[in-house]
Amino acid sequence: MEKQIVCINCPLGCRITVTMDGNEITKIEGNTCKRGENYARQEVLSPVRVITAVLPVEGSSVPVSVKTAAPVPKNKIFECMSEMSKANLKAPIHMGDVIVPNILGTGVNVVATKSVE
Amino acid sequence: MAAYGIDVDILIVGAGPAGLAAAVAAKEAGIDNLVILEREDHPGGILRQCIHNGFGLHRYNEELTGPEYAQRDIDRAEALGIDIRCGTTVLSVEADHTVTAVSTSRGLETYKAKAIILAMGCRERPRGALGIPGSRCAGIYTAGTAQKFVNLEGFMPGKKIVILGSGDIGLIMARRMTLQGAKVLACVELMPYSSGLKRNIVQCLDDYGIPLYLSHTVIDIEGGERLTGVTVAKVDEHRMPIPGSEIHFDCDTLLLSVGLIPENELSNQAGLEISPFTSGPVVNDVFESSVPGIFACGNVLHVHDLVDYVSQESTEAGKAAAEYIHRESFDGKNVQVMDGNGVRGTVPQKILLNEEKKVNLMFRPSGVFEKAQAVVMQGDTVLVKKRAQIFTPGEMVVIPLDTTKLSGEEPIRVSIEKV
Repeated sequence: MEKQIVCINCPLGCRITVTMDGNEITKIEGNTCKRGENYARQEVLSPVRVITAVLPVEGSSVPVSVKTAAPVPKNKIFECMSEMSKANLKAPIHMGDVIVPNILGTGVNVVATKSVE
Repeated sequence: MAAYGIDVDILIVGAGPAGLAAAVAAKEAGIDNLVILEREDHPGGILRQCIHNGFGLHRYNEELTGPEYAQRDIDRAEALGIDIRCGTTVLSVEADHTVTAVSTSRGLETYKAKAIILAMGCRERPRGALGIPGSRCAGIYTAGTAQKFVNLEGFMPGKKIVILGSGDIGLIMARRMTLQGAKVLACVELMPYSSGLKRNIVQCLDDYGIPLYLSHTVIDIEGGERLTGVTVAKVDEHRMPIPGSEIHFDCDTLLLSVGLIPENELSNQAGLEISPFTSGPVVNDVFESSVPGIFACGNVLHVHDLVDYVSQESTEAGKAAAEYIHRESFDGKNVQVMDGNGVRGTVPQKILLNEEKKVNLMFRPSGVFEKAQAVVMQGDTVLVKKRAQIFTPGEMVVIPLDTTKLSGEEPIRVSIEKV
């Protein structure tokens, strides 16, 4: 099986083809540099993203912005958004406060990226 | 000095990342009588609404969100006791360093500054600048306005979205609107390439299956009170719509991400020379404009890709303004910097020949160049070269120039050539 990846490390945007045999990578082609190879490997085996969002805060006219403190699996983005939206938040909130601990059992906390008085 | 007004050593217009970095640098260089005037009610500038991550990779070697990046500068400024006056709109800046401002808390004020640093940032190109035909209905916003609605005020501008332009803010908003529950139908780009960062194309469009239509544009806007749809068509090499290529989208919102323009009303008023290529003030390598003692840095000078570079440039501008106060002028001979083939809007436009130093020449390629090199020449002499696999207009190029290589006052020219 082949997977196509567009490298994000530089504006070149190499189109990298990763050939797989089951869960094993057998070939990586199309990259210009080593960074591309590493990126393609990560993207194929376990793609991750930091998720950021805004959530409403009870008693405040402004929402709080949050992020996952570390990247989480890409296929859990919408599940994470849905889980975060269940948080019942009240002001005051301080930057760095944990909003949702260990979201979806990923071991990653969702934290506030601004303070809301 | 005039007999009226508030005397300050350095007055900074704008408390975004540029103004804050310039203030911190000037204060650390020994300038105590310093004030920042900020129009909004909070310092931090546009970073406050940029809640996504990816800021600070160069400066801090970590990925921060916009509010977190801004807070570090705000904390630094506060620790140094820098006077940031929020809710204060600057009405005018004069060439004689008189600044008029107004606020609800202090009313009308006049400042007299020994040096001024302009750090007003940039604004988005609006619909009026595009000449799209069709209805003048509600539901058309710049991407940055939508970003402010969603991220700072907590409400969504629409449910079914088309984005015109593939600038970074448009791409970032494609992801944001999707995550917050809207459906983004398409991102439409007039040029055959995106002006956004590759990372944003992948992580904001591809990740969510949002199609990017290159060499396409919006040719009609439909709707009465509210937008009901847009028509998109492919364009030819002269950017003219190709009949028969129309695609119709039913949507309630059109977001525009079609370019940023430095906000230079105050600079114009002060009589600063403005570059037609950057739309920002013409400056020398210490970021001093054509009016002595008035400096400019950050996106008001030229639009940057990364805030890290804004902070770096503004730190230099802050130091230079402090030095200007200590020595009272930056007199001396200078060398002009010209744009050559494939290069647009090199900053700085002049290099002072006052001492040996390294000067960063910054510019945008005027098109896409693969396997090419940027070359800096003085007459027939090559001063410095920088090779790259690719140069694109979406990514600013920085070339450090060692001024010991300059000989005489002959202009230097920056260009891109095939290898």
